[in-house]
Amino acid sequence: MTLLWMIAVLVLGGLLAGIGDRMSPRLARWIALGALGIDLILGIGLCGEYARWTSSDAGGRWLEEIRWEWIPSAGIAFHLGVDGLSLPLILLTIFLGIMAVIASWNGITERVGFFHFNLLWVLSGILGVFVALDLFLFFFCWELMLVPMYFLIAIWGHEHRIYAAIKFFLFTQGSGLLMLVAILGLYFSHGGQTGDYTFAYSALLETDLSGAAALWLMLGFFVAFAVKLPAFPFHPWLADAHTEAPTAGSVVLAGLLLKTGAYGLIRFVIPIFGETALDFAPVAMALGVIGILYGATLAFAQTDLKRLIAYSSISHMGFVLLGVFAWNLLALQGVVMQMICHGISTGALFILAGELQDRIHTREMDRMGGLWTKVPRTAGVGLFFALASLGLPGLGNFVAEFLILLGSFRASVIFTALAACGLVAAVVYALWMVQRVFHGEERESWKLPDFAFREMGMMSVLIAAIVWLGLHPQPVFNAVKSALETLQHDAAAEPLSARWRESSAVVPDLLRGSAAPPMSR
Amino acid sequence: MRDLLFLIPLSPFAGFLVLVLAGGRLPRMAVALVGCGSVGIAALLALLIGCRFVADPPEGHFLRQELGSWIEVGGLNASFGLYLDALSLVMMLVVAVVGFLIHLYSSEFMDQEEGYSRFFAYMNLFVGFMLTLVLADNLLLLLLGWEGVGLCSYLLIGFWYKDPANGYAARKAFVVTRVGDTAMILGVFLLFYSFGTLDIGEILYLAPRSWELGSTTALAAAALLLGGAVGKSAQLPLQTWLPDAMAGPTPVSALIHAATMVTAGVYLIARTHVLFELAPGVMRLVAAIGAATLMLAAFSALTQRDIKRVLAYSTISQIGYMFLALGVGAWSAAMFHFVTHAFFKALLFLGAGVVIQALQHEHDMFKMGGLRKELPLTFATFVIGAASLAALPLVTAGFYSKELILTSVWASGRGGPWLWGAGVLGAFLTAVYSSRMVLLAFLGEPHWAAISRRPGSRMLGVLAVLAIGSLFAGLLQTPHLLGNITIFSNFMEQALPAARLAQEALWSETLLQTVATGAVLLGVFVAYVLHVRAPRWRETVAGSALGSGLDRLWLTGWAFDWFYDKAFVQPFTRLARLNRRDVVDRIFAGIALLMRASHHGLARTQTGSLRWYAMGIGAGTVVIIAIILYL
Repeated sequence: MTLLWMIAVLVLGGLLAGIGDRMSPRLARWIALGALGIDLILGIGLCGEYARWTSSDAGGRWLEEIRWEWIPSAGIAFHLGVDGLSLPLILLTIFLGIMAVIASWNGITERVGFFHFNLLWVLSGILGVFVALDLFLFFFCWELMLVPMYFLIAIWGHEHRIYAAIKFFLFTQGSGLLMLVAILGLYFSHGGQTGDYTFAYSALLETDLSGAAALWLMLGFFVAFAVKLPAFPFHPWLADAHTEAPTAGSVVLAGLLLKTGAYGLIRFVIPIFGETALDFAPVAMALGVIGILYGATLAFAQTDLKRLIAYSSISHMGFVLLGVFAWNLLALQGVVMQMICHGISTGALFILAGELQDRIHTREMDRMGGLWTKVPRTAGVGLFFALASLGLPGLGNFVAEFLILLGSFRASVIFTALAACGLVAAVVYALWMVQRVFHGEERESWKLPDFAFREMGMMSVLIAAIVWLGLHPQPVFNAVKSALETLQHDAAAEPLSARWRESSAVVPDLLRGSAAPPMSR
Repeated sequence: MRDLLFLIPLSPFAGFLVLVLAGGRLPRMAVALVGCGSVGIAALLALLIGCRFVADPPEGHFLRQELGSWIEVGGLNASFGLYLDALSLVMMLVVAVVGFLIHLYSSEFMDQEEGYSRFFAYMNLFVGFMLTLVLADNLLLLLLGWEGVGLCSYLLIGFWYKDPANGYAARKAFVVTRVGDTAMILGVFLLFYSFGTLDIGEILYLAPRSWELGSTTALAAAALLLGGAVGKSAQLPLQTWLPDAMAGPTPVSALIHAATMVTAGVYLIARTHVLFELAPGVMRLVAAIGAATLMLAAFSALTQRDIKRVLAYSTISQIGYMFLALGVGAWSAAMFHFVTHAFFKALLFLGAGVVIQALQHEHDMFKMGGLRKELPLTFATFVIGAASLAALPLVTAGFYSKELILTSVWASGRGGPWLWGAGVLGAFLTAVYSSRMVLLAFLGEPHWAAISRRPGSRMLGVLAVLAIGSLFAGLLQTPHLLGNITIFSNFMEQALPAARLAQEALWSETLLQTVATGAVLLGVFVAYVLHVRAPRWRETVAGSALGSGLDRLWLTGWAFDWFYDKAFVQPFTRLARLNRRDVVDRIFAGIALLMRASHHGLARTQTGSLRWYAMGIGAGTVVIIAIILYL
């Protein structure tokens, strides 16, 4: 029941915050924070339960499963479940949700209640996406994320907010329709094969698909998720939406909404379409690599701080696409890690950009520069997350990108080598950003306060999280492992593997029983 | 005592944390205490553990310490594990001890700078990462140290962040080395899939058992690792970042860009020497890169005006010697030169720092001169350092290490007269530019107005200690004619194989050494003639068309920067600028535009005029009937 409560608390919290605003805007903020706080406690409880569950070897795929009939005649059920893949993403959602509320504490002053209503409803939609086990329900939640997000951008956004909001809406809605068609196609072909017309995930996994029909259905899903991810060439909505959204909106977009795309690829596209999806892998991986390099190039050219961060997301999500379609355990573990770490580090960068904009009312980097002297704490935090973004070892993003590249090396040496060039490009744009914002001569004599208790509190937690994930990522790997293996099993198809090895076949035998031999002897 | 090994890297990290969290509020005294103290503890422990290691060697001549697991996923198993053997011990000692001395020097050198605690925080972080690099027992942890020192190099080159030129130099260093690191990461992947482990010991154990000599995989793996080494150690073709890195404070140049970080590439090759020995082609490449780099950089050092750039090019050149030694399989010779180089190059940089500070941050040697009387102790130590760099015979450490390299190059099956000749030419050039530097900066007429600051006891003390090292560190290893001491190579052979040298007769070895020594003395003489006896000759040569052309070419480091700028930087920035508004977005915007245009077009047909509508209906009917009839 915890799952249901988590979603219900957000839905109710959103409504209450909307009403509470009538009494005082502060009340709305506290209600939102309270709702997320309850969810955090529930989420931590879920973690404890998960730890007991995995150690007890109880079997079964889902830690918690709720299944109520919804529209039985059409095979639609209200079906939720959580496994090792969903769990970290749920926690990330709540964690970044809290950060989003705190980040908007002073920045949002108009229609505070409605703002928090939208924020909490987006979050509840995202939670729903991460736990829905019925494709109809999944699509419902998918759409639920969309509308409040549209309002967040269109009402509280910056200068070009209407344009950005409509663009966001059209891209996601258009691709969502393709997914709906694909879901229906899947539903009917499964029903036609078995006589059992159902939207249940577990049933649809068994659908026997092949040929052109399978490819088209797979592409329907793929495009929807690729738009959300976003993968090249479906990315143009991202830069405008991220840039124009208010800070909380950017955090939720970059930190969470993008992850639903990655989640969809891992949970649905490859397990359901198996062979078909993995035959498509070279194309998807190529798109991933292009995204890595193209996003980095675009990021480097920007003069708007938020736009730069937004484009860097395209680059980082390219790694996700590459890793997902490499489809081996190393790459997939890296992908999950990348989802979490990118959520945290990019979320932090957006908060930073938002705080700067609140202080100096511009995002133009040409007007910044030399801020280190004025606001050393802010600058230090900015430097830290720039380093996280460029994949410095010791921080979580490095672990993620290393594993993704290591895994995809097995699938394709060429793609991996090209993707690795993205590591160089990341240094170029991340350090260029640090230079233009914090280093160099001051271009305009800004008077701005440094990060105080509220900001440093947020940032310390985010920094601690990234360092923790960089130095001790094992809990995440352990949590995700069995879920990923199950999904790999579902896909029932061999991932790509490069044929480059000369003598690797002998290695496992040699390794067995050779206890750490002395170096060089 | 051995159990405290983990404290050696951890202590500087702790210092970093203290300085980052509380540094702004601490008084300078406390900052210096934390900054120097944390590295001091590391140095002390390194010395104690080192002595113990030598006096009472552990079983198998290595120590391991596991500090906990890091990543354990899908067959990949990397831990925080330390590994101490003769090779990492030597590296660790140099890093910790020289690092401590430079910290001590900096506590005085930097005491009038803003950001005192930021400086020591970065320096401590650097030492921590560097010690992690040399002590790592697996490639992933090594990579952590490797990238970490690169980060600190970036932070410290750009320490004076207000000048955009410093920021540019810092970014250039990070980006160029990252190019090499990317190759290295791919090499690590290749090793992982070949052996199923990242543990260095296991890889080295398994490699000869599963790879054939000269197999493609071995060549690829060694070449990719070499990519990383070339970037970090500023060798051809990735050497361009080091001269610009001199934008950082001088102690940074001494610590990072002379004594320790830039030799990480040498360490990497020595550490994974088994892989390189399985790839003879790559070994030849290493030697060729070393020989070419040492000559090109030495030529560049000849014409620089900035004293720190002379030292930077000489660092590139001296590391070229180490690569040359590695390439011919003279592993311990390379490490020996690393040790002596750490002493004399740190000494030279710190001496240059005194001079620069004395003359209001003047870097141009032609605006120095005559400092001998004003800064006598600095002069004395600088001469010792320069003599050691030039490998002045018998009395300097640099002589013994360079002779060992040259002799090994001649006698090794992989070396030969050509590589040896390159080394001797380099030795000649080194003597010329070292002498030129001393002559211009300290002797002759003064070209300055006043001394703004004189070094205090901490700075001079450190110079003296390093000078002693630059003189006597060479006595750990001497040629046959001069006592044949082999303490260093004996010790290194616990970890690295002995160089396979053809047995030369004593007379031929002596002859070779005489020739090399002659080249050095000739170099000193040439510098003396050109700068003291007959400066007009120099002016005539420099004035000629060929002379001035070479001068410009060498001054700009053989125009590598120009080439890279044209070939990579400009195309990339142009492309990025051109595509700032994202051509893909334009396409989608084009679709939107098309929609809007057709909307306007169709809206125009809604005129409200009945005649138009009637005609439209009529025309439509005709068309539909036509279609039905004819299709």
